[in-house]
Amino acid sequence: MTETLVPFDEALTRYDPVMGLEIHIELNTATKMFCGCPTDFGAEPNTQVCPVCLALPGALPVVNAKAVESAIRMGLALNCKIAEWCRFARKNYFYPDMPKNFQTSQYDEPIAFDGWVDVEVDGETFRIEIERAHMEEDTGKALHVGGSTGRIHGADFSLVDYNRAGIPLIEIVTRTIEVPPEKAPAVARAYVSYVRDLIGGLGVSDVRMDQGSLRADVNLSLKPKGSTVLGTRSETKNVNSFRSVERAVRFEISRHAGILDAGGAVLQETRHFQEDSGTTLSGREKSDADDYRYFPEPDLAPVSPSREWVEELRATLPEPPAVRRARLQADWGFSDLDMRDTIGAGALDLIVATVEAGTTPQAAKKWWLGEMARRSNEAGQDIDALGITPQQVAEIQALIDAGRINDKLARSVFDGVIAGEGTAEEVVVSRQLEVVSDDGALGAAVDRAIEGDPDAAAKVRAGNLGVAGALIGAVMKEMRGQADAGRVRELILEKLS
Amino acid sequence: MSEPVTGISRDDVVHLAGLARIDLSDAEIDHLATELPAILEHVRSVQEAAGDDVPAMSHPVPVDNVFREDVVRPSLTPADALAAAPASDQQRFLVPKILGEE
Amino acid sequence: MTDLTRKTADELAQALSAKEISSVEVTQALVDRIGAVDGAIHAFLHVDAEGALATAADVDERRARNEQLSYLAGVPIAVKDVLATKGLPTTCGSKILEGWIPPYDATVTAKIKAAGLPILGKTNMDEFAMGSSTEHSAYGPTHNPWDTTRIPGGSGGGSAAAVAAFEAPLAIGTDTGGSIRQPGALTGTVGVKPTYGGVSRYGLVAMASSLDQAGPVTRTVLDAALLHELIAGHDPMDSTSIPDAVPAVVAAARRADVKGLRIGIVKELGGEGFQPGVQARFTEAVDLLTAAGAEVVEVSIPSLQHALGAYYLVMPSEASSNLAKFDAMRYGVRVPPTGVDDPSAEQVMASSRDAGFGDEVKRRIILGTYALSSGYYDAYYGSAQKVRTILARDFASTFADVDVLVSPTSPTTAYRLGEKLDDPLAMYLGDVATIPANLVGIPGLSLPVGLADEDGLPVGLQFLAPQKADDRLYNAAAALERLLEEKWGGTLLSTAPELETVR
Repeated sequence: MTETLVPFDEALTRYDPVMGLEIHIELNTATKMFCGCPTDFGAEPNTQVCPVCLALPGALPVVNAKAVESAIRMGLALNCKIAEWCRFARKNYFYPDMPKNFQTSQYDEPIAFDGWVDVEVDGETFRIEIERAHMEEDTGKALHVGGSTGRIHGADFSLVDYNRAGIPLIEIVTRTIEVPPEKAPAVARAYVSYVRDLIGGLGVSDVRMDQGSLRADVNLSLKPKGSTVLGTRSETKNVNSFRSVERAVRFEISRHAGILDAGGAVLQETRHFQEDSGTTLSGREKSDADDYRYFPEPDLAPVSPSREWVEELRATLPEPPAVRRARLQADWGFSDLDMRDTIGAGALDLIVATVEAGTTPQAAKKWWLGEMARRSNEAGQDIDALGITPQQVAEIQALIDAGRINDKLARSVFDGVIAGEGTAEEVVVSRQLEVVSDDGALGAAVDRAIEGDPDAAAKVRAGNLGVAGALIGAVMKEMRGQADAGRVRELILEKLS
Repeated sequence: MSEPVTGISRDDVVHLAGLARIDLSDAEIDHLATELPAILEHVRSVQEAAGDDVPAMSHPVPVDNVFREDVVRPSLTPADALAAAPASDQQRFLVPKILGEE
Repeated sequence: MTDLTRKTADELAQALSAKEISSVEVTQALVDRIGAVDGAIHAFLHVDAEGALATAADVDERRARNEQLSYLAGVPIAVKDVLATKGLPTTCGSKILEGWIPPYDATVTAKIKAAGLPILGKTNMDEFAMGSSTEHSAYGPTHNPWDTTRIPGGSGGGSAAAVAAFEAPLAIGTDTGGSIRQPGALTGTVGVKPTYGGVSRYGLVAMASSLDQAGPVTRTVLDAALLHELIAGHDPMDSTSIPDAVPAVVAAARRADVKGLRIGIVKELGGEGFQPGVQARFTEAVDLLTAAGAEVVEVSIPSLQHALGAYYLVMPSEASSNLAKFDAMRYGVRVPPTGVDDPSAEQVMASSRDAGFGDEVKRRIILGTYALSSGYYDAYYGSAQKVRTILARDFASTFADVDVLVSPTSPTTAYRLGEKLDDPLAMYLGDVATIPANLVGIPGLSLPVGLADEDGLPVGLQFLAPQKADDRLYNAAAALERLLEEKWGGTLLSTAPELETVR
């Protein structure tokens, strides 16, 4: 079935997008939500399971106090009210990666609700209302294995690892988001990025989209302009980066518009985002799965956090992001535009860390908003998923400050570090990128350049200093860029004075 | 919901069997379609029994805030975990292909 | 030597402690008894003679070294097959768990093991505890030792029959709607459902999470108290387990004094629908209590008319969710669909569940799925949970005026095997007196009070007490037991027909 995609701008002349964003945060507690199994990433399959998280007959759940604490802190950071009394509920459906064939979650009694966050896009602030944040558990992981060739009945099958089953998740659900239509994709991205920063600041999760500790689902529907009737909504999963959030919104707007223009009906379904093409593909139709037959979880006691406890936890929250940003901007001496670009690139915490590692704010900004942003665009990855750390950036800048490499050579050092060749220092050595500072060697190269271009040399001697550039260029070429251009110029002028 | 609800049709039984993932035979469906309405008739008095002001009970003996500390406890060995698996491979549970991809 | 199999657990404990007998002797005698009669009774699904004797030998050795041992150490016990026992098959009476060996112990199992009670084996039950006759076991029914053409009650018919047939002095049962108490009544044994949360449910394969409780199945009230004290107590692995200390049930059983005790006869749990012989023995028993100084009144709890309805909505609903885990992916039998090449996981789940679950289980799963489903939740599950609140309030206010409540445990004596199999509704009606206790979480005890005139079969009287007042049950029941045995000149079970033994 071929889809007609209406170009984004054109779609917005006829329709207004309505979005809903669901974010799942995997907590970094030591143990799972309902049992004492460890939550270490990358363990051998099925080594972190027990009767409870394997759902063996007879096993019972017990709530992880730390997970509740984290949920409350997250709710407070999202400006939510914290429930005085709430329960867990069973969400019943069958799936092989879900051992009990129900998920213990929260239904109409979430632990946090009625909150908001303000996100900034191009200097404009948008308030996103948070309907709820609730506790639930993660599923196991199924590896789908394709049928092997050469076998008559080549069966597809799946291999399931339950290490991840039962790891605590907090789901954050927004109310419907209606913003100036052309801003919708950027607002969606800004929201997810903001939540990442906010929750990251609490220390309750690694919040890495590329590792699955922060997952975003994008819900979108279109309303014909001027109408108040909401359209059918699609849900897009498998969105693994901030840029993908933006792309998914754009694509879905185009896709829905194409269907509606042709007089068709949008299917209420789950779709999967395709990283390489920036498109979404149809997944499972959400029909039968909708009757989850929720009922309060009889195996767990209600959770009623005392107001004293809530206030104690409120006192542990770090400064609100807006306050923090204002403070950092003042400390760094960034202009409003600098700050806006920093936030927009998702580079705030990266610059903070780089500054902490000894770099000046301006140098940190130069690298992250310049070189790293460029690489991120080329690779189609978020800026924090490139494989370069703030510490490494600081080390490279330090090498420049020490005169051992220059900005141009630094690019090769970045290449080496990202490729995993070692530390900045190690790469400089192994790739022989060190700037030659030995005047003897430089002097010899200068002599050869002067000999090789007598016309230029004569002009410089005659006082036409601008022509020195040609000689500098020759030296730099011979030195493969590994020379301090300023010193080379000095030597040339000395010799030709 | 003011209208008392009774009655469960054969189609209902088929739908419910799907939700419950039980592959009932036609005979079983027919049988249940005859039995269940009688049972439901018997239990329907509960619909009128309690007013809106009565809270639903979910725990007969009240307890709340039952937690455990975030401290690691011993897990099962993979051998024990997989011992009863109908099929396994590479220390994982081998299950037939899953139709609906998540 | 006197027949060790006829001894009560208390008698055995004393004799063991005095080193008059060894645990190995007792255990062997019971293993032999099982071998002799269980062919006809079929109380056991699995007998672990080797394991039981090993435990017995170990206890004997520790006793010889004068180690401090638990009071019941060395007294053998049978465990209903719904509780996880590490290394021993645990089938829950179902084909779907045929051959499943749990890699862990239920908390109750762990307590029994820690106390040094040899576990004789696992007893038969209605599949996943759904039933009132043990006829819904996938492995064949258990037969009532009083008349082997009749049911022993259910779902815990195996534990009750084992104790009634002198195959074990003690057994563990579980009770969701009467599954300990009703078999107790039908087999002339003592059965107790503790206060909800009083005994850990960790490792008790769940049927209805808010109703299930494990409890003692014995021949005497004192034995039940001793076992109750052993298995009860807070468990951090069970979030619904109550933090309270175990009530002083043994002291209460020894006190056995009903002078001044206010007893309420529940009007709605008697009369029409109750067999005359059952009613007669019940009334006589209550008269005995009056004569012993109890103050007996009639009480009425009109909301009880909705109790059966509420139960048969709450229980299947919770069970339908609890049984979803049996999907042939991680354990249990996997039965692929016939005539399907390369079936999907969903198809294998559905065919395995159809093959592995019996009719009664399927019936309740479908009913429960319906009661929870969208559009029906408020009318069914939601309403049923409200009825529980009403019942709880009514029981609480009734208990303001009386200390314990009484009723016949079961409307009838043991009916014949096969009699009610085709009429599930008729079978459900037999639970009318026992299910209220589960709905409101209060403790209940069934005590044998005689034989019905019409058929010479055992009749049970049920005591009910407020939440956490389990000790009141034991005090009243022990008093009544003493009065009855004085009247009879012996125990009721000693009048049971001798079973044919197989050598």
